[in-house]
Amino acid sequence: MSFLKIKNLSVDYPMRKETVHAAKGVNIEVNKGEILGLVGESGSGKSTVGNAIINLIDVPGKVSSGSVMLGDLDIHQDPSNIIKYRGKKVGLIFQDPQTSLNPILTIGEQLIETIQTHLDLTKEEAKIKSIGLLKEVGIKDAEKRFNNYPHQFSGGMRQRVVISLALCCEPELLIADEPTTALDVSIQSQILDLIKKLTKERNLAVILITHDMGVIAETADRVAVMKSGNLVEIGLTKEILTKPKERYTKSLVSSVPPTNKKISRFVIVEKENKNNQENNLKILNRWNKKEIVEQDLVQIKNLSKSFDDNFFTESSKNSVMAVDNISFEIKEGESFGLVGESGSGKSTIAKMIVNLFKPSSGDIFFDNICITKIKEKSEMMKFRKQIQMIFQDPYSSLNGRLKVKDIISEPIKLHNPSISSGDLNNYIFDLLESVELSQKSADRYPHEFSGGQRQRISIARALATQPRLLVCDEPTSALDVSIQAQILNLLKDLQEQLNLTILFISHDLPVVRQMCDRIGVLKDGRLCEVTDTEDLFLKPQHDYTKELLRLMPKIESIYN
Amino acid sequence: MDNNISTWERVKDSDIYHSFMKSPTAIVSSVILFIIFFCSFFVELITPYNPFDPSSLSLMEAFTPPSWTEDGLAKFILGTDGQGRDMLSTILYGSRISLIVGFSAIIFSLILGVGLGLTAGYFGGKYEMIVMRLTDVQLTVPSILMALLVDGIARGLISREMHDEMAIYVLIFAIGISEWPQFARVSRAATLVEKNKDYVSASTIIGVSNLIIMFKHILPNILRPVLVIGTIGLALAIIAESTLSFLGVGVPPTTPSLGTLIRLGNDFLFSGEWWITFFPAIFLVILAFSINLLGDWMRDTLNPRLKK
Repeated sequence: MSFLKIKNLSVDYPMRKETVHAAKGVNIEVNKGEILGLVGESGSGKSTVGNAIINLIDVPGKVSSGSVMLGDLDIHQDPSNIIKYRGKKVGLIFQDPQTSLNPILTIGEQLIETIQTHLDLTKEEAKIKSIGLLKEVGIKDAEKRFNNYPHQFSGGMRQRVVISLALCCEPELLIADEPTTALDVSIQSQILDLIKKLTKERNLAVILITHDMGVIAETADRVAVMKSGNLVEIGLTKEILTKPKERYTKSLVSSVPPTNKKISRFVIVEKENKNNQENNLKILNRWNKKEIVEQDLVQIKNLSKSFDDNFFTESSKNSVMAVDNISFEIKEGESFGLVGESGSGKSTIAKMIVNLFKPSSGDIFFDNICITKIKEKSEMMKFRKQIQMIFQDPYSSLNGRLKVKDIISEPIKLHNPSISSGDLNNYIFDLLESVELSQKSADRYPHEFSGGQRQRISIARALATQPRLLVCDEPTSALDVSIQAQILNLLKDLQEQLNLTILFISHDLPVVRQMCDRIGVLKDGRLCEVTDTEDLFLKPQHDYTKELLRLMPKIESIYN
Repeated sequence: MDNNISTWERVKDSDIYHSFMKSPTAIVSSVILFIIFFCSFFVELITPYNPFDPSSLSLMEAFTPPSWTEDGLAKFILGTDGQGRDMLSTILYGSRISLIVGFSAIIFSLILGVGLGLTAGYFGGKYEMIVMRLTDVQLTVPSILMALLVDGIARGLISREMHDEMAIYVLIFAIGISEWPQFARVSRAATLVEKNKDYVSASTIIGVSNLIIMFKHILPNILRPVLVIGTIGLALAIIAESTLSFLGVGVPPTTPSLGTLIRLGNDFLFSGEWWITFFPAIFLVILAFSINLLGDWMRDTLNPRLKK
């Protein structure tokens, strides 16, 4: 007898042009004491299902059919039931611990308020209960921390507080919507362990919504795969991940970068772009290809960067060392990876290499010329042309007011003002086809494209100046895993055929393993170790690297 | 031609068009504004009278009350003023002046304010500090006082004969100079947000010059909030023009604007000829009110945070 039964649940969003069916007849059952993983890519309806259980659907959406049984009770029959059950029988954990707590109330006040809303307890009793809960979720000095405000907690601690809030009224069902997506790897594993422990101890039914197959492999007992509102497959985690039946699940599993080996290409089962012909890089015809010379293309020597916030105080007192005395080299033609958690200074290094920031001290050499000391603007332009960057966020990296052809033609015209308009058009078409976009894309605006396609436009723009070094700052972390696989394949192809040197920045170790020849591990602005990729994964030297490797969610763990 | 059709299709398909068609306030206010603009700018074609042609005026017909009252004449719908000018025609001629002054003043302050705000936000540093403190100082001076000051200085500088000719430009400058700080503030704030976005970094890395980044990339992206306060600013500018003209420092009495008409009518208010001041005043209220309603609708539609 399963505890939660979702029967034939459909959720509709009537929009101006058409009705969007966010969930179409979904059937899911969850038992007590088990974690059901709900996976899917963005827009697959996984959060919609989670929210529909307690009717937290944003207007104009509504549950159009189906029932949600909690035990023996259909909680959707009477709207007053849901309000009574929300928070009491059903606990919720959201993605962002920054926004799910009220910043102007202490966590104690928030806990007591929630407890007293649902349970008939006095303030003193509620306080004792809250402190017990905080201890249970692993907050030390709970009595003291009780009177702290949310901003006094770190991200991971805050998520623990959110969990204690979700648990405070003895719920029997816990819905966790991407509970660790905003957190670093090391914190992520702690939170997942906590959720696992609580599931066993309290005999909870848990729905864990996530896009991360590694998290699913390590946490969930059963898994449900969703795609565009439909439930594709549901079953034991091991079976789904090792022997997927449906085509979509297969493509999802094959897109996940393996953590234990390096593969040459990702197997793409379903392509985002329909043209399935082998990618021929038309751009090769015009590419001024440089033979790879055995040399260091980039040398970074004792690089430091500090950010001074305050105008009035002494700069040394308030400054934060984002990058602290770092040296490394990137060989011509290789992919060099920089990994680190948030705040480790990896993006700051990238921005100094592309000359968006000036270093506080130290030098960057490109092709044996010190580019940090260049004052002359025309001299700088030579290097601007050779170093290009791809950004993390595909939405803010393209100017929404310009057509794609204007975005791509800007670098071409700037570095080759004499180009004729016919040749310019052909150049744009060649670039678009090289990143597997159609020629028609040129006349559209960025908002007409998906995240993955936008990232392709971004790559086309970066290639327009025919760079030698491509700096990729988390180029796929905003993308779904199947799109990520396609973009990573594209980057590999481009590198191979155009003799590019790539600096690849990521927090995602499996991705870095697939992409890079050598890796540098960053922590708090300092470089822990630089070594060949395989050595790093097989024989890590530094303690921090060992810790990172131990904690990263491994999809392979399911095989053991 | 094909291109034109697709542009129109895109407009019809856009959220702004749909939100417009769903908002009765927006439709009513823009219809009123269209009628006012059309009648004011094509006033020669619409009215049979030219209030500035002395030969067509008859003092015998002065102080005719509106047509629906006992002594009214059918040919003067809203009555006539002390010189026998038809009120309706005079108001339309006057509103043309008011609109020209309002638009010119707001465009002047838009260029000044957005130019300063955009550059201040983009370059930052000492330049930004100086510009922003300047706007703070400007905001402490009430706009009417500022306009009066500018007018006073202009009177001192320009000879009496030149003054009537120059008065309208002085007025535009006076109103424009007192309205720019809000444009500077809004465009600086929007620029600060935009300049940290990756598309600006991408252009910098490509090597695009600061000037092109500012005007080709950032400017189109900050125009939405600027246009919203620009619309509300237009209503304020028209009211400011009327206030100044009412105070006698605006346009010369030979080219009457709405403010001048209200002032002239004011003299007769207590002798029972209420219509001479009442109709221009009501006209001004409807004009400013419609612009404000349209501005409110624009603010709600163009601000993604307020979207429901």
